[in-house]
Amino acid sequence: MTRLIVVRLFFGALTLWAVSLVVFAATQALPGDAAQLILGRDATPERLEALRDQLNLHEPVAVQYMQWLQGLVQGDLGTSFSNRLPVADYLADPVRSSLTLMGLSALVATPVALFVGAFSALRRDRAFDHTSSMGTLVLASVPEFVVGILLILLLGPGGLGVFPSVYAREGGPEQWVLPVLTLALAVAPPIVRMMRATMIEVLESEYVQQARLKGMGERTVLWRHAAPNAIGPVAQVVALQLAWLAGGVVAIEFLFNFPGVGKVLMDAIGNRDVPLIQAVVLLIAGIYILVNLVADVIGLAANPKVRVANR
Amino acid sequence: MTLNENTEPGGTGAGDTRRKDRPDGETVLVVDGLTVIGRPSDVEIISGVSITVKRGEILGLVGESGSGKTTLGLSLLAHCKRATEIVGGQVLVSGQDLATLNEREVRQLRGRAVAYIPQSPASALNPALRLGVQLTEALHDGSLSDKEVRARVREVMREVALPDDDAFLRRYPHQLSGGQQQRVAIAMAFVGRPDVIVLDEPTTGLDVTTQAHVLETIRSMTRDYGTAGVYISHDMAVVADLADDIAVMYRGEVVEHGRAQTVLSDPRHAYTRQLLMAVPLLKTSGHEEPEPEEEPLLRISGLSAGYGRTQVLEGIDVSVSRGECVALLGESGSGKTTLSRSVAGLHHQFTGEILFDGEPLATSSYRRTAEQRRRVQYVFQNPYEALNPRKRVREQVLGPYRHLVGRPDDPDAVVAEALERAALPASYADRFPEQLSGGERQRVCIARAVATRPDLLVCDEITSALDVSVQAEIVKLLRELQDQGMALLFVTHNIALVSNIAERVAILNRGEIVEYGPVGEVMSSPRHEYTRALIADTPDFELSFPGAPERLGMDAERKGASDRVAEG
Amino acid sequence: MTGPSTSTPATAAPRRRPGLFRTAWRFGRTKVGVALTGLIVLIAVLGPFVAPYTATEFVSKPFETGVDGTLFGGDNRGRDVFTRFLWGGWTLLLLAVASAGIGVAAGTVIGVIAGYRRGWVDDVLMRTNDVLLAFPQLIAALLVMSILGPKVWLIVAVIAVSHMPRVARVIREATRKVIEQDYVKAAEAIGLPRWRIMTVEILPNVTSPLLVELGLRLTYSIGVVAVLGFLGMGLQPPTADWGLMINENRQGMAIQPWAVALPVTAIAVLTVGANLITDGLSRAAIGIDRGVEK
Repeated sequence: MTRLIVVRLFFGALTLWAVSLVVFAATQALPGDAAQLILGRDATPERLEALRDQLNLHEPVAVQYMQWLQGLVQGDLGTSFSNRLPVADYLADPVRSSLTLMGLSALVATPVALFVGAFSALRRDRAFDHTSSMGTLVLASVPEFVVGILLILLLGPGGLGVFPSVYAREGGPEQWVLPVLTLALAVAPPIVRMMRATMIEVLESEYVQQARLKGMGERTVLWRHAAPNAIGPVAQVVALQLAWLAGGVVAIEFLFNFPGVGKVLMDAIGNRDVPLIQAVVLLIAGIYILVNLVADVIGLAANPKVRVANR
Repeated sequence: MTLNENTEPGGTGAGDTRRKDRPDGETVLVVDGLTVIGRPSDVEIISGVSITVKRGEILGLVGESGSGKTTLGLSLLAHCKRATEIVGGQVLVSGQDLATLNEREVRQLRGRAVAYIPQSPASALNPALRLGVQLTEALHDGSLSDKEVRARVREVMREVALPDDDAFLRRYPHQLSGGQQQRVAIAMAFVGRPDVIVLDEPTTGLDVTTQAHVLETIRSMTRDYGTAGVYISHDMAVVADLADDIAVMYRGEVVEHGRAQTVLSDPRHAYTRQLLMAVPLLKTSGHEEPEPEEEPLLRISGLSAGYGRTQVLEGIDVSVSRGECVALLGESGSGKTTLSRSVAGLHHQFTGEILFDGEPLATSSYRRTAEQRRRVQYVFQNPYEALNPRKRVREQVLGPYRHLVGRPDDPDAVVAEALERAALPASYADRFPEQLSGGERQRVCIARAVATRPDLLVCDEITSALDVSVQAEIVKLLRELQDQGMALLFVTHNIALVSNIAERVAILNRGEIVEYGPVGEVMSSPRHEYTRALIADTPDFELSFPGAPERLGMDAERKGASDRVAEG
Repeated sequence: MTGPSTSTPATAAPRRRPGLFRTAWRFGRTKVGVALTGLIVLIAVLGPFVAPYTATEFVSKPFETGVDGTLFGGDNRGRDVFTRFLWGGWTLLLLAVASAGIGVAAGTVIGVIAGYRRGWVDDVLMRTNDVLLAFPQLIAALLVMSILGPKVWLIVAVIAVSHMPRVARVIREATRKVIEQDYVKAAEAIGLPRWRIMTVEILPNVTSPLLVELGLRLTYSIGVVAVLGFLGMGLQPPTADWGLMINENRQGMAIQPWAVALPVTAIAVLTVGANLITDGLSRAAIGIDRGVEK
C-alpha cells in the first residue's frame, strides 16, 4: 500500500508541475509584457528597457520559467504589480480568512449531510427520503452564487433583515452566517446522495443479507457489517467536496465582499496583476490537488484488499 | 462416485465432539401450502408448496432459474426478499411456526435453528471483516463463554478441512480461494449446530474437484450433526448424487416429491423426465475412431501462450480433421479459453504454429486473410454478452457476412438460411436480443457464425450459461451442424458433455495437455491420474425409467453401435 | 427461460423494453423538469419579441420602482428591468448549449478512443485529462478570461474544454464495460476495422451514460456561464444577460430586488429543470442497464 501511496504522491507532484507550466504559459499569452503592464501606457522606452533588464525579460522563455519556478519552490511568489508588496506577505491574511470560511462550511455541512444521507437510506422510499432527495437535487443544480443571492433576498437587509449581506471589517460574527450557510448548502448535496446510495448498496448486499440470516441484530448489521464498507466511497466524496470548496469560494467571496483569496483573485484580475493571479490560481489548484490526493489515499486505506497485501 | 482424500491441512479427523445425541428420522422441517407473492404485481412466485425433511437427511430441491427455489429457501429462515410477501401456508422448524415469531425470536432462530449457505460466498462474506469475526458472531446468543466460542470455531474449521490457526482466522475473505471461501461459508452455517440448513446452489462456479470435496463435506456434516439439509440446485446430477429426497420445482410449484431413488427410477411428471434426460451421460464407448487423414483441417503444434510474463499454455499439440469434433476439456484456469482465442485470432501473445488447411494463421485476426476469417468462426460462452443489444438479429447475422463474403443479392435469404441452420424461425430476424431467451440468443450466435459457411467452428463453453434442458438442445444442434460437414473445436469444463459430442478429447491441466485421444478410450480407460480424478469427481447416475435410452449421448442411431460402458 | 419447451416455436415476439426517453418520461420528475425547462426556454426565446422596450432604453431613474409603464421598475442605470430580463436569457442558453455540446462531443471521442485503444494512447489521453482536471472549472475559466479578455467564443471554448476531461472519464469507463462484452470480440474476430467497431459496436451502447452526461454538463454550463457573467468576466455591458444583470444590480438589492430576483429565479428554475430531466434519464439508464424497470 505504501508503494501505491508513493505512486499517487508522485503523480500529484507531477500534476502540480504541469499546472505551474500551464499557468506560466497562460501569462505569456498576455498582450504586451510585464514591464509594459507595470509601468502603464505612457512609460518612456528607457524606463521600460531598464525594468525589462531587472525582470530578466530578455532571457529566453525557458530560463524565465526556471527562475520563476525556482522562486516558487523557495516561497518567493514575486512582487504584486498593483501594490508593490511581496505576494506571499500580501496573501497571508486572505488565505487565513478563506481557510476559516472553508473549514467552518465543511464543519457545518459534513455531519448534517452524512446524517441526512444515512437516514434517507434507512427510510428508503418514504416521505423523509423523497423530501431530502428533492431538496438535494434542487440544491445540487442551482449555482452556488444563486443560492447565496436567494439567501440574501430572504434573510438579508431587503428581506427579513436578520443577517448582513456584506462583510465589513468592523462587523460581528453574524456576518459569517450567510457565507458559511451558502457554502455549506452548496457542498452538502453530493455527500447526502453518496451516503444514501452507498448505504443502500451496502444494505442490499449479499453479505448484509447473510449477516441478517445469521441472526445478527439490526444494530450489529448496521455498524459492524454495513458501515465499514460504506466509509471508503463516502470519505472520498467528502474529500472531493472539500476540494471543490477551494474553487467554490471565489464567487461567494465576491458576492459577500469577503476578504479572502477569491476576492483577491477578482481584484487582481481587475488590475491585471499577473504575479498575484499566478499565485492565487496555483494556490487554489494546489489545495485542489492535495485534497484530491487525500481522497485517493482514504479510498485506498478503506479497502482491505489494498490494505492487506495478498498472500 | 469416488471420494478423494482431503489433502488440505487440518483434516476431518476431529469428529469426537460432534453431537450424536439427536435421533435420526425425526421430521424437523415441515412446509405446508406455502405461497409467496411478489409486490405490487401480486404474481405468485411460489404457490402452495409442501415439503418435509427429516434429521440427517438432505432434500434436493431442483428447478431451473426462475422456478422459485431460492424464494422458498429464504422463506425457511423467515426472510422475504424486497417486494415479496408470504400470503399463505406455514413453515414449521422443530415444531415452531415461523409466522408466530417476533423479530427477536426470528433472530434467535437464525443461525441456531436454521442456517443458510449462500450461492456465491465471494459476495456473501463481508469483505471488510476478518474470518474470525464472521465465524464467532454466528454464535451470538451468549450461552457460550468466549473460550468455548473460540474452541467451537476451531473445531468447525477443522471439520471443513481448513486451517484453524489464528493467522488463518485473521485473514480477509479476498485472501482465500473460491473453494476455501465456500468452506468458510459452510463452517459459518454449521458453527451454531443448526437443526435445518439451507444450501442455495453452493457449488456453482466451483471446479468439479472442489465441488466433490465440498459436497462430501456437506454430506458428512449433515449426517454427523443430525441436521436436515435443503439443497437447492439446477443440476440433477449433483442432486441425484447427494440427496435422500428429491423435490422438483417448476414455475413456483413442487411438481414431484419423493425418495431420490423413486424419483430417479420412476419419474411421474413430464418435466422431471425432461430434466433427467437432459443430464448428459458421462461414459460411453463414444464414437468410432475417425479415418486418419493425411492433412487435418486445423493443426496446432508447439503452441505456447501467455499474458505478459505469465505463461498459461505450454507446448500444445492438437489437430482437428474435417467434419470432426475435438473437445478441449479443462477446469477454470487451465488455459482452454486462451487456446481457443489464439485459434480465433483474439489472443495475440503466442508462439508455435497454427496451420489451417495447410496455411499458417497469423496471431491477430487483423493480419489474417478475409477467407481465413470466414472459414474459422467463433461462438462465445455467454450469449447475454455476445450480441450487440442495439442491433436486430438480422443485422447481427448479416454483419460478418457483408464484411467477409460481400454484399448479398438477397439478404433475407441469407438470414433465413442461417437462422434455419440454427433451428430458429425466419421471423426472428426482426427481434432484438432482449426479446430472446438465453437459448435463443445462443442460437442466434450460432446462426451468425454459420452464415458465412465456415469450415471450423470454435465453441467456447457455449452451454455453460444455459439451463440444463436448453444445453441439451444446443448440443443437439451442434451435432447436426457436424453432420453437415463442419469441424468443431468444443471447449468445455463439463466432462459429461464431452462424451455426447466429441470424437476426440484433449484434457488440459495447468496449461498442458495431459491426455489426448478418442473419447471412448479416454473415458473408459483414462491413463493420466488427473483424468481419472476428474472422472471420479463428476457426479453421474444411472437412468432406469422407460424411455431413458433416448437420452442424449445414447446416440445409437447416429454412428453405429455404441454401448454404454459399465460404471467404474 | 420459458420452461420445458424443447423446440423453439415461432410465437409472437415479446415486447421490446421501452427506450431511455420513454422510460425516463414515466417518472413524474422528468415531466416537471421538462415543464420548468420549457417555461424558461420559452421566455428566453420569445422574450425579445414581446419586450415592451429595447434593452438599452432608459425609462426611469436608477433603481427606481413603481414607474408607470414598467412592470418591475428600472435597473442600476434606469433601463427597464422586465425588458432586460426578457432579452437576457437567450445568450445564456446559447452559450450553455454550445459549450456543453462541444465539450460532450469532444469528451466522448476521447473517452471511446482511450477506452478502446488502451496502451499508450490511453495513458497519454488520461494523464492529460488529469492535468485538466486539476483546475477547478471556474478557476480555469477565470485564468483564461483574465488574460485573453472576455470574448464569446472564448467562454464557449473554456467551458467546453473544462467539460471534456470529465465527460471523457465517464465515457471511458462505459467503453471499458462495453468492450469486455463478447460482441466486441466477435467483431474483432471477423476483422472489422477498429473505427467501425468504435462507431457501430461501442458508441450505440454508451448512449445512456452519454445522454445523462449531456444533461449534467448542460446544467453545469448554465451555472458556469451565469457565474462568469455575475463575476463580470462573461458577456460585457451593455448586453442584456442574466448573469451580468445580477452583477450590475446587486448593490441595489435592498431597494430594487426585482432586477436581481428575476434573473436569479430564472437561472434557478432552469438549472433545476435541466437537472430533473437528467435525473429522470439517469434513473431510467440505471434501470435499463440492470434490466429492470422500477
